[in-house]
Amino acid sequence: MAEVLVYVDHVDGAVRKPTLELLTLARRIGEPVAVHLGANAEAAAKLLGEYGAVKVLAADAPEFAEYLVAPKVDALQAAYDAVSPAAVLLPSSAEGKEIGARLALRIGSGIITDAVDVEAGDEGPVATQSVFAASYTTKSRITKGTPVITVKPNSAAPEAAPAAGAVEQLAVTVADSSKGTKIVSRTPRESTGRPELTEAAIVVSGGRGVNGAENFPVIEALADSLGAAVGASRAAVDAGWYPHTNQVGQTGKSVSPQLYIAAGISGAIQHRAGMQTSKTIVAINKDEEAPIFDLVDYGVVGDLFDVVPALTDEVKTRKG
Amino acid sequence: MSLRIVVCVKYVPDATGDRHFAEDLTVDRDDVDGLLSELDEYAVEQALQIKEAADDAEITILTVGPEDANDALRKALSMGADKAVHVEDDDLHGTDALGTSLVLAKAIEKTGYDLVVCGMASTDGTMGVLPALLAERLSVPQVTQLSEVSVADGKVTGRRDGDTASEQLEAALPAVVSVTDQSGEARYPSFKGIMAAKKKPVESLDLEDLEIEADEVGLEGAWTKVDDATERPARTAGTIVKDEGEGGKQLAEFLAGQKFI
Repeated sequence: MAEVLVYVDHVDGAVRKPTLELLTLARRIGEPVAVHLGANAEAAAKLLGEYGAVKVLAADAPEFAEYLVAPKVDALQAAYDAVSPAAVLLPSSAEGKEIGARLALRIGSGIITDAVDVEAGDEGPVATQSVFAASYTTKSRITKGTPVITVKPNSAAPEAAPAAGAVEQLAVTVADSSKGTKIVSRTPRESTGRPELTEAAIVVSGGRGVNGAENFPVIEALADSLGAAVGASRAAVDAGWYPHTNQVGQTGKSVSPQLYIAAGISGAIQHRAGMQTSKTIVAINKDEEAPIFDLVDYGVVGDLFDVVPALTDEVKTRKG
Repeated sequence: MSLRIVVCVKYVPDATGDRHFAEDLTVDRDDVDGLLSELDEYAVEQALQIKEAADDAEITILTVGPEDANDALRKALSMGADKAVHVEDDDLHGTDALGTSLVLAKAIEKTGYDLVVCGMASTDGTMGVLPALLAERLSVPQVTQLSEVSVADGKVTGRRDGDTASEQLEAALPAVVSVTDQSGEARYPSFKGIMAAKKKPVESLDLEDLEIEADEVGLEGAWTKVDDATERPARTAGTIVKDEGEGGKQLAEFLAGQKFI
């Protein structure tokens, strides 16, 4: 069976959920071979094996942390040369897309980004994408070379499928030309203890209607009662009420949770682009004309400062 | 020695309009008004700020696109850029990201550059891969997804805010930079700027000028193929209630019914 390279997204060997989704999708088109760059490959390999990685190609070099993107492209290319895969899958993060694009160019292949599904097809893998602010669904394939596809988080439910997951060391030579962009310093983001926005099953977002950073705890309290991630509209982020890393929308993060709750968000096209594929959509807004109500499964026309705390209390009571 | 800045911009269909696919499954550009991609305005703004901080710099705006794309160039020129290059050729219709990066890279090399500035992504395709592809093709450092950028002493530095960490980056020129919508509000063109833009030079190039064969680009040369595009069915109307004191409870009831609680 053909092998499929899966680029592992991890923090010091702690594999992030989108990688398990990639392994699940990879099994539809071949045998997943995971590529782990950086420290703690052995720890990662256990989990990668549980989700179907037949082997884990591991390389660790200081250059991965010292320079931006390019050394990882060198490593992925080495893995490509070692395996001759039928496809290469990467997460649709900023870095995943950049690595994928540069690899595609080097190996003479096409690239598809932001796939929400990948299936086997007669002429190679078929990728589903959601485009034009999620108003269209397209099916595309790569016509030249080995398909390189980046996949959005939450595109598949990770399925366990135990495989060997044996670690093999991958020899990587980082080219001098790949050491152009130095990472001078790195400040890890402080963990809020909440789920990662793009991976969360439930997202509670606040917008202009939250009316100040000091009011965001109202949104956070509802999120915490539901075990949800917190999002924010661009208006709230631009006003400085919430960090940009939590922005949902075209220029922020695109989310596709089971449940999306929008509080005080009118639903401009740029916001809808980032959340329209959510399974169930709920909105709370004072303005009954707000375009967000065109999308909802359930909407409450009312003041979020009345509705959200009441909902939070009710959730807590019901959860006991 | 003058700092040569090239800003790559894209003319895109207005996202607030009703966007559709044409019969050949490329974007239907006749159907909706186009404009300078909003995310490229941030790139123009940062280029202007870099120029203002430099002793001597010149900004060239570069685009690949149909005749109408001239509107995007004029907007960028009216913001304060010095000149423009427009690559236009009938054979470019349907070119994908890899093909576009080839055309841009050749045009950038022909124009001459020390720094290439791009937006983080286009507002239509939103792939966000072009800056990385340009760096690969031009064999220069990629300093991408920056929320802060500055150029001094032949070096570009900037801050990249990622999912798990914020990184401070540094590279020697020449380099390719991309900036996010967090890099700073783009200025509005002044009346004076708009008038001045009319007199600024726009050079027109075609594939022959760039020594690119027609089959390397366009729909035929594309590395990917869209087989199917289906309009998403409108969501069926949901339940909407007015809060008269019970809104929170009613919503909890709905969420419990859907097994979210």
